[in-house]
Amino acid sequence: MNLTLRVWRQSGPSDAGRMVTYRVEEVSPDMSFLEMLDVLNERLILEGDDPIAFDHDCREGICGMCGMVINGVAHGEQRATTTCQLHMRHFEDNATITIEPWRAAPFPVVKDLVVDRSAFDRIIQAGGFVSVPAGSAPDAHSVPVRKEDADAAFDAATCIGCGACVAACPNGSASLFTAAKITHLSLLPQGQPERLSRAKAMVDQMDAEGFGGCTNTGECTAVCPKGIPLDTIAQMNTDYLKANAK
Amino acid sequence: MKYTEGPEIRDTKAPEGPIEERWEKRKFSARLVNPANKRKLNVIVVGTGLAGGSAAATLGELGYNVKSFCYQDTPRRAHSIAAQGGINAAKNYRGDGDSIYRLFYDTVKGGDFRARESNVYRLAQVSVNIIDQAVAQGVPFAREYGGLLDTRSFGGAQVSRTFYARGQTGQQLLLGAYQALERQIAAGTVEMFTRHEMLDLIVADGRARGIIVRDMVTGEIERHTADAVVLATGGYGNVFFLSTNAKGCNTTAIWRAHERGAYFANPCYTQIHPTCIPVSGEYQSKLTLMSESLRNDGRVWVPLRKDDKRAPGDIPEDERDYYLERIYPAFGNLVPRDIASRAAKNVCDEGRGVGPGGLGVYLDFRDAINRLGRDAVEKKYGNLFEMYERITGENPYDVPMRIYPAVHYTMGGLWVDYDLQSTIPGLFVIGEANFSDHGANRLGASALMQGLADGYFVLPTTLGDYLADGPFGEVDEAAVAEAELKVRDRIERLLAVNGTRTPDSFHRELGRLMWDYCGMERTEESLRKALERIPELRKEFWENVKVSGTAEELNQVLEKAGRVADFFDLAELMCLDALVRTESCGGHFRAESQDADGEALRDDEAFAHVSAWEHSPDGEPVLHKEPLVYEYVKMTQRSYK
Amino acid sequence: MKKPTRKRPRGFLSSSNGKKAVMAVTGAVMVLFLIGHMLGNLKIFISKDSFNEYAHALRTLLEPLLPYRTLLTIVEIALVLSVVLHMWAAISLSRRARSARPVKYVAKKSQATGYATHIMRFGGLTIALFVVWHLLDLTFGVVNPKGFDSTPADRMIAGFDPSRWWVTLIYLVAVVMVGLHLRHGVWSAFQTLGWANRDRNKALRLSAGLLSAVLVVGFLAPPLAIMFGVVQ
Repeated sequence: MNLTLRVWRQSGPSDAGRMVTYRVEEVSPDMSFLEMLDVLNERLILEGDDPIAFDHDCREGICGMCGMVINGVAHGEQRATTTCQLHMRHFEDNATITIEPWRAAPFPVVKDLVVDRSAFDRIIQAGGFVSVPAGSAPDAHSVPVRKEDADAAFDAATCIGCGACVAACPNGSASLFTAAKITHLSLLPQGQPERLSRAKAMVDQMDAEGFGGCTNTGECTAVCPKGIPLDTIAQMNTDYLKANAK
Repeated sequence: MKYTEGPEIRDTKAPEGPIEERWEKRKFSARLVNPANKRKLNVIVVGTGLAGGSAAATLGELGYNVKSFCYQDTPRRAHSIAAQGGINAAKNYRGDGDSIYRLFYDTVKGGDFRARESNVYRLAQVSVNIIDQAVAQGVPFAREYGGLLDTRSFGGAQVSRTFYARGQTGQQLLLGAYQALERQIAAGTVEMFTRHEMLDLIVADGRARGIIVRDMVTGEIERHTADAVVLATGGYGNVFFLSTNAKGCNTTAIWRAHERGAYFANPCYTQIHPTCIPVSGEYQSKLTLMSESLRNDGRVWVPLRKDDKRAPGDIPEDERDYYLERIYPAFGNLVPRDIASRAAKNVCDEGRGVGPGGLGVYLDFRDAINRLGRDAVEKKYGNLFEMYERITGENPYDVPMRIYPAVHYTMGGLWVDYDLQSTIPGLFVIGEANFSDHGANRLGASALMQGLADGYFVLPTTLGDYLADGPFGEVDEAAVAEAELKVRDRIERLLAVNGTRTPDSFHRELGRLMWDYCGMERTEESLRKALERIPELRKEFWENVKVSGTAEELNQVLEKAGRVADFFDLAELMCLDALVRTESCGGHFRAESQDADGEALRDDEAFAHVSAWEHSPDGEPVLHKEPLVYEYVKMTQRSYK
Repeated sequence: MKKPTRKRPRGFLSSSNGKKAVMAVTGAVMVLFLIGHMLGNLKIFISKDSFNEYAHALRTLLEPLLPYRTLLTIVEIALVLSVVLHMWAAISLSRRARSARPVKYVAKKSQATGYATHIMRFGGLTIALFVVWHLLDLTFGVVNPKGFDSTPADRMIAGFDPSRWWVTLIYLVAVVMVGLHLRHGVWSAFQTLGWANRDRNKALRLSAGLLSAVLVVGFLAPPLAIMFGVVQ
């Protein structure tokens, strides 16, 4: 396959950035999207150019480090797939592919396609945990959990923190990310004691970071590589309202 | 490569007495640090996987001043996250005869009698607390309808002791540790440094006193000093370039510590996983693991004839070779990882491999679908089939899967004593980065167990004993400056070469070489060839590598080049270790040492020891042997025929 | 890189979730009003007198317990307040959204329906403009051929006279817009107030659609009937 790439290049946070066009030839359909970029980068290095910086690590769809907006869609059009697991066979020969970083004020661009997602960590810091020092836990079987609750908690807990939800949201909202953690812990008995204070603190932190509000458009869940359901946001809202009613 | 032999290691600091009391004894003898003093003690933890994340969180909770470092953009990305299968614990919730002793026994035996009994027993004891801790944190383990935790039997274990969270156990446990860590960051006890890479260890007055790191965003070289340093930087499987490790996994942190005096133990012990998705082309950047559970219902085969290019569906039954069922009639497709891996390599070496490059074997579900029905197969393996199709574009319901072995885990690592302290006082090493608990072969679902045991329970106790002598005062400025200068100098050297090959191209070549000569099967000849070739390649690297950009910016080429440079040195030591250990054991198979059936043959007489290598500046490593004594488990030769 | 610090949160109404709750509650008030309004409108099918009586009754409700037009005034105040708060929340949320994405995408493709994104803000604006026109036309009679000194039924019939087909057209567009707005808005309110969940979601979405459809039909029936001479 031969492809034309239009890639966002930005040398650093203070650079304005621009789209740059590259031609990539003899791409194998079995390559992953990132391997295609690797091939381009190898060429750029040898030509003395700056290779395209992008985040990636596990390359098996679980660490959440990779992510770019491909042809206007976070992680590309293949559903439930991270960028690293997207393969070139889903593209047409001679296609032009537009590649951009996650765009949101709370995710400032570090370089090219690399953005700073530390806002997510600070949302977790605000309350996305159960306070339990090591060694103080009771026997694991002392509190049974309904299988349905455990399963639903797991569904929410599979969030990989990639930020695609923010990238796709027309409001730049981090509601799906925040709600996934709130829901995960809300559904389990272990999460009950801190349930309301957690929801309040996390939502307030999300706002303080400068993310937009949710308008229930569903764009987030449509691009989420783990398919985190939209009703986690309803759970977050319930807990947040209850916390404020107190 | 030459080496010399130094004195044996006699004392590993394990307490004496009955094995079940040793950890209790050590916990009691470990000195405590008074809470007011803890605030004055600084600890550096490098790496935020299960071991590092849980250690930093626990130490912060205890009141120490902790600095935590990771190269990713957030601590939650560490590669522990990719572990699929589960975590072992001797809870015996099933009442199926499991016990701490049985987990201990299985682990020692599974490690092919190359692990320390005292350490392994402690691991089995602590395993029970890990599950409690994780559940209390809200880790959503799989449950049964009664609301209690579900377990399964994993990797051929006869008891059902593996706790799991669908296929994402590592992710869920890591997020538990990550959340505990973030809680401490919010509390101010842990200061987090993301996108920071450790490039050297500061040793002053005989103690590990800090690290030199590079801020990967600005390129700034920073010095961080402390009263103790904990390395939790994972394994070195990426020396093979293609492995199931994350792309960023590297050996730099432990290798620099090794150069500063920490012994490196058993570097040649490498675990190869038999069911990975095969390489599809030259550009391949990483390998993806498929759960081993697939071998429960899939049948492994290759064409009977060499170079048979027919589609699998066109090959009649009598022209297929179900070689695992043929060679190992009792265990069939369920033989252990290393045996399945080697058998696949052998048939491919005979020219009977399938797929691109002939490096693959079929894992066929046709019979399972006929027997159980497509729905039943989908229920069991649906998500794995989907993942396979996502990567290969082939539908495993219609076409047999292709699989091939891949490097998965490294049992070797920095040598540590019972306290998890390396040979440099004040340098502690935990998780996959140390060598301690798995011997020559790790059992399935034991990596998560070891990482969390070290981080949550073992290190916080033993580190306290070391710190009871602290604080250790100002760090000698000369030592810090020397380490910093060395780091700067190395970066400048890398940038100055300005050659014609990329770091990745060297890494690929090194990986290929290691896979061919020091991979699943090693011979004296292959290892000697590798030991000849590695220095040549390293020389070419330092003369011809091309690193674009500058040191004062986010520069992924520079990061890569530094890691590859260290892989060369490590690769050499791995080959040397493999050459010296002329026996076969666990993940180390020397073709010269096999029985009549082609099974690995241990040589307990000569090799019942840990090989701990000391770095020497003149390039001739010194081998220190730590004898392994088995008081509880009788050494036997395994057989799967 | 700058040191990350956690920032201080502010009050409920300045939080994005608080604003969403305001939108949901005020939206609910307006939906209740719309239901009542529609039922009242349908009285035109019974007779002009019935319609006029209804309009009168609105003003004299609870008399003599309360002075003339008390309840209606209260309702009007509540409605005006709802509209203002609804718009305030919408504007401040969309400003927040704009500042959350200062650099726009070169290419952007919706993966959900894209429906809510486009219909809500744009639709809300259209509806607001229409309400102004609607009040001038039928409540204050400023732009109505019959003027203010006429019975409500006369104003209505004159307003949708076939000769003024374009008024009916504006009305039709606006009512459809209201329907589209509510189709998402009603469900969204349930979601915002946390009543949506996996089991209920399908039913909620269906009810939201059904309610919107009923309102659209109910509101369009009188003007269309007038235009086509069914009601004279």
